Amino acid sequence: MKCDSGAIVVGAGIVGAACAEALARRGLSVRLLDARSGGATAAGMGHLVTLDDNDAELALTRDSIVRWRAWAPAMDEGCAFRGNGTLWLAASDEEWALAENKGARLAALGEAVDLLDARALAGVEPALRTGLLGALRLREDAIVYPPNVVRWLLRRHPGQISERHAEVVEIDGRGVTLAGGERLAADVVVLANGIEAATLCPELPIVPKKGHLAITDRYPGVLTHTVTELGYLGSVHNSEGPSLAFNAQPRPTGQLLIGTSRQFGSRDRDVDGGILARMLEHAAGFLPVLRELNIVRCWTGLRAASPDSLPLIGRHPDRDGLWLAVGHEGLGVTAAPTTAELLVGAIFGEPAVIDPQPYAPERFLGRSGAREGAEDA
Amino acid sequence: MSVALNRECDLLIVGAGPAGLAAALEAAPSGARIVILDDNPRPGGQIWRDGPGVRLPRAARRLRSRVAAAANIEILCGARVVAACPPKALLIEMPEGGALVSCTKLILCTGARERLLPFPGWTLPGVTGAGGLQALIKGGLDVAGERVVVAGSGPLLLAGAATARTAGAKVLQIAEQAGREALVRFGRGLWRWPGKALQALRLWSPVYRAGSHVFEALGDQRLEAVRIRSADAVLEIACDRLACGFGLIPNTQLGELLGCAIVNGAIAVDALQATSIADCYAAGECTGFGGSELALVEGRIAGLAASGQPARAAGLAPQRERWRRFAAALERAFVLDPVLRTLPTPDTLVCRCEDVPYAALAGCRDWVEAKLASRCGMGACQGRTCGAAVEFLFGWSPPAPRPPLFPVRTETLLRLADRRHSPPARPAEPGR
Ligand SMILES: Cc1cc2nc3c(=O)[nH]c(=O)nc-3n(C[C@H](O)[C@H](O)[C@H](O)COP(=O)(O)OP(=O)(O)OC[C@H]3O[C@@H](n4cnc5c(N)ncnc54)[C@H](O)[C@@H]3O)c2cc1C
Ligand SMILES: Cc1cc2nc3c(=O)[nH]c(=O)nc-3n(C[C@H](O)[C@H](O)[C@H](O)COP(=O)(O)OP(=O)(O)OC[C@H]3O[C@@H](n4cnc5c(N)ncnc54)[C@H](O)[C@@H]3O)c2cc1C
Repeated sequence: MKCDSGAIVVGAGIVGAACAEALARRGLSVRLLDARSGGATAAGMGHLVTLDDNDAELALTRDSIVRWRAWAPAMDEGCAFRGNGTLWLAASDEEWALAENKGARLAALGEAVDLLDARALAGVEPALRTGLLGALRLREDAIVYPPNVVRWLLRRHPGQISERHAEVVEIDGRGVTLAGGERLAADVVVLANGIEAATLCPELPIVPKKGHLAITDRYPGVLTHTVTELGYLGSVHNSEGPSLAFNAQPRPTGQLLIGTSRQFGSRDRDVDGGILARMLEHAAGFLPVLRELNIVRCWTGLRAASPDSLPLIGRHPDRDGLWLAVGHEGLGVTAAPTTAELLVGAIFGEPAVIDPQPYAPERFLGRSGAREGAEDA
Repeated sequence: MSVALNRECDLLIVGAGPAGLAAALEAAPSGARIVILDDNPRPGGQIWRDGPGVRLPRAARRLRSRVAAAANIEILCGARVVAACPPKALLIEMPEGGALVSCTKLILCTGARERLLPFPGWTLPGVTGAGGLQALIKGGLDVAGERVVVAGSGPLLLAGAATARTAGAKVLQIAEQAGREALVRFGRGLWRWPGKALQALRLWSPVYRAGSHVFEALGDQRLEAVRIRSADAVLEIACDRLACGFGLIPNTQLGELLGCAIVNGAIAVDALQATSIADCYAAGECTGFGGSELALVEGRIAGLAASGQPARAAGLAPQRERWRRFAAALERAFVLDPVLRTLPTPDTLVCRCEDVPYAALAGCRDWVEAKLASRCGMGACQGRTCGAAVEFLFGWSPPAPRPPLFPVRTETLLRLADRRHSPPARPAEPGR
């Protein structure tokens, strides 16, 4: 490929920043454009989590976490990286069996996992409710503060990434048009604008999935691991109405970050008191002391969801020169490093770091993809 | 747990200061069921803050006893509004638990708070706001024999100094940042408000210095001295306390959360004190700084208007006008000197909750960026203090408030589900 006029990356969230960094690392000059319309990166939980709902998700998250761990020593304290691990809580015999299966599967792949029985769990996390059967611990999982990771990434190659506050209103493989009419040309254009992807490329099947979060005042030591429930695995994946899943994360400040809800069809960012209350009630079911703790802030964020919950990473099949890194739903922070390597590797014709096929935009776009997308809808 | 704490009423008044009490009293004869909420342990608001060592003025005692005597007024003290629960209910936190209070009409009388500006040493123990020290003394703090310096801007400096002196403190200096000329001009106009002129004379102090400001508080573990600059000198004064506030800022957070239009940093109201949203009025200092006299008339107008007596409410307009002119004169006299923007050094804390120094903000482009990069304003005070300072220092307008308005127990937030009939939530994929 030729790279005379460098690259344009649209969107300065964690995914856009990781792509810009990967491009700059290969010597390209990058113009990073962001409308500051409020992305998911500033709203999310920053849990770096290994997920194995399917092989593609597992490959993406595992490879990414290895990359996060490689970044960690160089990151500044503002990035708040903590390798504190995840505990998947089992509340029933069925969930305990799930924990064992999941554990065995991950161990076979070489993941650092261990099973904690009820006593061991109470020993490491005494604030959790009694009566839990135990937990599966994933030791490699971690947490970060994503907005500062973005800043850290953009500082890594001084002079090569220029950041600009600008709204892109039109995009194609040769450049972008900004609000106000200015036209910027480039050989490579990367679309990483999260939930707004479909406003620039209406053919992209990306919809918002809203989530609520709350954070407590400082209570150091209440939790040490990020704790989350296994319960969801047994439930039906249904896309209507809000759903809840317990996730509590001890921030380095001593605060507890509590999540979360998932709700389709809502684009506003308002806190819905009813959903917030039910989310907290659900969380207090696992962490009883939460009822007595003070909440200092609540907010929401929008996840950019694709029909199969996997991101779209790769060349846009119908728009030459346009590359996609969108649709990361609830995993964009975790998956950012590998997303960037896959995408930028493809731009430079390098061998792929993991099998890129499951994330190929062709599954929804182009002639065959359009049909699949239509069947899905 | 305690759905029993939930309440319904016809008229809900938030804030039991002069404005809120006056509003309740005017609305009471209509027979409406009235609830007044206030987060302080006793009614009275800022000026009539009650406490162990306080003897309230006669007017205040009379107003309070008349409100207490009205059978259809319930006062909930120690009750703080933390969130809205649309339509027409507020979530409150009380010592005994959370509750939803639903109402037909609402009057916001949430008052104002002090503007604190950062300078080196302002976070040392011993440094408080000017009204802040007053509140501490009224709450029982013993300052007898202590050396106090009062500084900042506005009439509150004199009131704070008087309270400290009455409590036995030695007030060594009152440093007013506004210039002498502006104050002389203001003083010449005071004859139009004779009561205020008398008050100024009564509170007047020989240690009052116009055109001077504290630029550093010194001390190791706690305050030991302050340094004050005026046009012709720099002075170091050894002292035990510094009471320093730079005027008042309206408490608009609840109004903003409800969707009320905000103009010039205050809740916007029409001639009948109605806000931009239906059935919601606002009175007193949340609609702009103006002192207790203005708060009282505005409260009366709002109480009358909200209880269906618009003609009587309109009759009070001339009184309100008179006190609004006084407020405007105050505002002109006590404009903040831009030099105050230069006081913080790179390591001066701007946000105390999150320990954010000036240097961490200086490179940012706006509040959102500053907040994300440094956590400024994300702590327990929700930016109530640093938001106003940052606005003055950098000109960034603080972001819209979100629930909860104050740190609140999780248990209290659970009440928000009481009135919801949305479908029960299902378990979902993990939290991400
Ligand atoms: C409640 C919640 C919890 C989450 N928890 C986790 C978690 O624990 N772990 C995890 O890995 N992930 C989590 N996520 C998901 C993760 O936050 C996102 O997947 C990730 O931040 C997406 O990053 P992004 O860069 O793709 O998009 P964004 O961060 O949304 O960035 C997109 C950017 O594009 C800009 N933009 C939009 N339109 C334009 C335009 N026209 N022109 C220019 N710029 C534009 C926006 O201003 C924005 O800055 C969570 C998400 C939510 C909402
Ligand atoms: C610290 C301080 C000290 C002052 N001292 C004096 C003085 O000595 N002399 C003087 O003339 N003026 C003083 N003032 C000015 C004073 O504000 C006015 O004179 C007058 O009290 C304004 O009356 P108000 O009814 O508008 O508001 P306020 O008297 O401020 O009353 C508002 C009340 O609403 C309550 N409130 C606000 N938000 C909520 C919520 N979300 N939930 C529950 N309750 C809430 C507040 O706690 C407060 O009690 C002081 C101001 C401050 C900030």
